[in-house]
Amino acid sequence: MGTLLTRPRWSPFLVGACIGALSWITFGLMGKALGTSTTFVTVVASLQSFIAPEHVTATPYLAKHTKIDWQFMLVIGIFIGALLSAVLARSYKVERVPDLWAWRFGPSKAKRYLAAFLGGILVLFGARLADGCTSGHGISGGLQFAVSSWVFFASFFLTGLATALVLFGKEGRKHVNV
Amino acid sequence: MLTFDPWNMLLLGLATGLVFGFLLQRGGVTKYQIIVGQFLWANHTVLRTMLTAIVVGSAGVLAMHQLWDVKLHLKEATLWGNILGGGLFGVGMVVLGYCPGTGIGAIADGSRHAIWGVLGMLVGAAGYAEAESWIRANILAAWTRGKVTIAQEVYVSPWFLVIGLAIVAGLVFWWLRGKDVPRTTA
Repeated sequence: MGTLLTRPRWSPFLVGACIGALSWITFGLMGKALGTSTTFVTVVASLQSFIAPEHVTATPYLAKHTKIDWQFMLVIGIFIGALLSAVLARSYKVERVPDLWAWRFGPSKAKRYLAAFLGGILVLFGARLADGCTSGHGISGGLQFAVSSWVFFASFFLTGLATALVLFGKEGRKHVNV
Repeated sequence: MLTFDPWNMLLLGLATGLVFGFLLQRGGVTKYQIIVGQFLWANHTVLRTMLTAIVVGSAGVLAMHQLWDVKLHLKEATLWGNILGGGLFGVGMVVLGYCPGTGIGAIADGSRHAIWGVLGMLVGAAGYAEAESWIRANILAAWTRGKVTIAQEVYVSPWFLVIGLAIVAGLVFWWLRGKDVPRTTA
């Protein structure tokens, strides 16, 4: 057990099976489906409720997301759990510009941070438009065989493949350094 | 204005997140190059993890649903939203290198650029909230099938899908075995 807790990388099959079993607990014990991206709306709506409460009241999508709920705590838990895992395995590593990115776009931090910021906007806008992300649709919806989730899965996988090809080309495969 | 879930739900959420975050980091999917590597078809950790999670999760959740009436949580099929949203998500996920959950985990794992990604996500969330009324009326309402499963849409037993996916996943894993691009220096 001690060796498993400190081993830096677990098999994807073991990790996947554990995530699947975790979904039994959220569905069976909590009566919930595991998800993440709604919490980003909760954070935004909660902050705005202090600065501009009347705007929150007037915007239905903000008004219905002012509850600090179980999923908000789940996202905090993800941070703590990942940190705990990295510390136990001694695999915490500062990364500013990933090797693959640096190979293609150079070592500029500003460029990488700007791209990450713009990518983040697309990720969350897309997740909210689709009503879920890789957790809520990908895992929780996928395992229920929801039509919405498998359509989302197919769509994001296709545009992801195309984007990777456009950004890094076929040559990029040789520069994935993991 | 702010309201809170009962404390036991908050604690359960925290505990679930803790396990989830631990698994994401240990599985390597809090690493930029593991995620982008999947879309470059160079590393298949993401696909192996997700397919295994779905197969294992589906069998258990379906069994609990049928035996003990455990509730399902289906999201409505607002198909233009699922297609367009998924499309934007895929582009963003490769440009950023993370999805929302793995982005949070990546910050805890030392990724500094993920901090900018998460800030972008907050901006994306705020932007969507402003546009939501229009999007709901014009995009989401345009093509909806309700809260349906594939099993309902094609009239098969859900167990057919669970077992079918397990077989497909097994074949995919077999096909992808040894296909990860070996460690190189960039």
